[in-house]
Amino acid sequence: MELLRFATAGSVDDGKSTLIGRLLLETKQIFEDQLEAVERTSRDKGFDYTNLALLTDGLRAEREQGITIDVAYRYFATPRRKFIIADTPGHIQYTRNMVTGASTADLALVLVDARKGVLEQSKRHAVIASLLQVKHLVLCVNKMDLVEFDEARFDEICEEFSDFAAKLDIDDLAFIPVSALLGDNVVTHSPNTPWYEGPTLLHHLEHVYIGSDRNLIDARFPVQYVVRPMSHDHHDYRGYAGQVASGMFRPGDEVLVLPSGFTTTIAGIDEYGGPVDQAYPPMSVNIRLAEELDVSRGDMFARPHNAPTVTQDVDAMICWFSERPLQAGQTYGVKHTTRTARARIQDLNYRLDVNSLHREDDHPALAMNDIGRISIRTTVPLFVDEYRRNRITGSFILIDEGTFETVGAGMILAASAG
Amino acid sequence: MEPIMEPLVRICRVRGAYPWTGMTTQLSHLNALESESIHIFREVAAEFEKPVLLFSGGKDSAVMLRLAEKAFWPAKIPFPLMHIDTGQNFPEALDYRDRRVAELGVKLIVASVQDSIDSGRVVEETGPKASRNRLQTTTLLDAITEHAFDAVFGGGRRDEEKARAKERVYSFRDEFGQWDPKNQRPELWNLYNGRHRKGEHIRIFPLSNWTELDVWHYVADDGVELPSIYYAHRREVFRRDGMLLAVTPFVTVMDGEEPEEMMVRFRTVGDASCTGAVESSASTVEQVILEVAASRLTERGETRADDRISEAGMEDRKREGYF
Ligand SMILES: Nc1nc2c(ncn2[C@@H]2O[C@H](COP(=O)(O)OP(=O)(O)OP(=O)(O)O)[C@@H](O)[C@H]2O)c(=O)[nH]1
Ligand SMILES: [Mg+2]
Repeated sequence: MELLRFATAGSVDDGKSTLIGRLLLETKQIFEDQLEAVERTSRDKGFDYTNLALLTDGLRAEREQGITIDVAYRYFATPRRKFIIADTPGHIQYTRNMVTGASTADLALVLVDARKGVLEQSKRHAVIASLLQVKHLVLCVNKMDLVEFDEARFDEICEEFSDFAAKLDIDDLAFIPVSALLGDNVVTHSPNTPWYEGPTLLHHLEHVYIGSDRNLIDARFPVQYVVRPMSHDHHDYRGYAGQVASGMFRPGDEVLVLPSGFTTTIAGIDEYGGPVDQAYPPMSVNIRLAEELDVSRGDMFARPHNAPTVTQDVDAMICWFSERPLQAGQTYGVKHTTRTARARIQDLNYRLDVNSLHREDDHPALAMNDIGRISIRTTVPLFVDEYRRNRITGSFILIDEGTFETVGAGMILAASAG
Repeated sequence: MEPIMEPLVRICRVRGAYPWTGMTTQLSHLNALESESIHIFREVAAEFEKPVLLFSGGKDSAVMLRLAEKAFWPAKIPFPLMHIDTGQNFPEALDYRDRRVAELGVKLIVASVQDSIDSGRVVEETGPKASRNRLQTTTLLDAITEHAFDAVFGGGRRDEEKARAKERVYSFRDEFGQWDPKNQRPELWNLYNGRHRKGEHIRIFPLSNWTELDVWHYVADDGVELPSIYYAHRREVFRRDGMLLAVTPFVTVMDGEEPEEMMVRFRTVGDASCTGAVESSASTVEQVILEVAASRLTERGETRADDRISEAGMEDRKREGYF
């Protein structure tokens, strides 16, 4: 069965968690004891109705403040598809957690409060989704019950968002008028919106064409770990363990080993218990080489005629998570595939204004939650592809070397001239 | 050496079959989960100095052990297992534990709650509903410190409970073993950040994205052996707080509680004093899958007394350093 991963997005209080609660409830994914707990808490807090956001807002602080702080992951299936939901926080302070939830999504549900319209935070999340190559967007105009299910209001918001989304890199965009609180157009068509002829949210999620964004062309295998049993049965066994990032690998294929630059052939590919005749993403396998070469963690197998760029200079878009601003000249730890190195920020090219999408190129620093374009130089060469082409060899994280926190998410644009 | 060239072919988005071979290139859902978990195991083995795998003999740790076995094959699992032993075990789970350890030739460390009690590190609860469940946290943290473990694999799944649903795959713990749910590190793609200082550690959850049904399907497809108490059997049980508790030396049957023999199985296996059974006639894995799929209660809500105390029970225990 096909798997769809989606993440919620949008400003604080637009109803993301309520919508996920509604979707789970109406698709009968909520267990009796879970619903009872939520009903009890809602009563105790004196709410007039059951607060379905409590189904995903699982932390004490979230229940106390009535906001989402960190991503909640939920898993459900209908007869048509399996879903992994990341319900993310709208509050700007927790943008880093939204990025966490969206980094692995295929689709983003952007919510907008019908009364408030498209806010800066709605745009920020849409921009982040687009940068992360989340190719499918759904704009849910929520709280339609508070605007009398007014068609003109819906159209107005859709138009405003369309103008903005035209500048983003997405494949498709759907618009759905909903009330997360009351359930209109979530799983069943609403009698309150006779003017809306599109699908319900669930129908759209079940049917939107996702295809596969797996890259089966560019063979890339970051070496994770070297398996050397040193046992009598497997005396000379030396397997390079890793997960196929992209492309196909077969015994007999010629491979280029990076960074050494040697070429050799694949002697065999093993999974637990024995050999397999091919490996493709996201398989975790052991690759054995025909020749004994010096290969270790952080190296990569590719093809002699289709290799990633080997470079110490990288241009990338970056989402910044730290309270300490990013500035040119600073150094960080960098993790890219299975390589760990250090990186110096050579240049902050521009900061992106998420409202206008203008590039502000005289900006001295990126503050927390900013998005910008940077050039970095790394202490050792990385083996990179453009993020648009390869989510795995095109992404990296920056780590603060004092606090060890993850402070930035990078999406590679190109290897820079240096 | 060949010059490093720009890729020659343009990317094409292929769906399902690999067109020029007709072979499938799509992993099944379970195989994709398996592969993700194996990736996590290898990542930890490569980057940490002293990992350890928590092994209780329950179904999640059974699957974890199986995945670890696969991740390093044909080599042995390159880290020890650790059982936090409350001393209140189902004998079937202990048998199973010892059998698997012998089969795999791995080292098992047993950290005993009884020792923590005897040495005065913790004080045992009293009364008929006393449980050693919460005491395990101290034993666990002491053992982590004693052995200087820097990565601790646990079998927690995000679908188990709403606080767990919030947790990262790599979950940072400070020098007191505490989890700070409001301040978790961002975790992007499959790039895990395991950096920490001496005395701090990372809890690792390779089964984060598995559901209870996924675990059972995997048990079925892969032929994972489980302790026999996961399948229906006759057992003396009694009702307490809406739960079916087994009559064992570790619980005191109170007035008004009437033990009777019933066909039951366990949905989770933890400390015998607080793990409930469910009525069941499912004696094969296929029958269990049908029952699990039809269940209207969560596994923890139905079978874990410790989780029924309060809405934040799990979160509070996790903050303190619980599994
Ligand atoms: N009237 C009405 N109220 C709604 C609707 N959807 C959500 N709400 C209310 O809006 C408030 C915020 O809802 P949440 O679901 O917590 O919002 P959120 O987008 O998840 O907020 P964050 O996660 O903190 O960003 C709650 O009081 C909801 O009951 C709706 O369709 N109609
Ligand atoms: Mg929310």
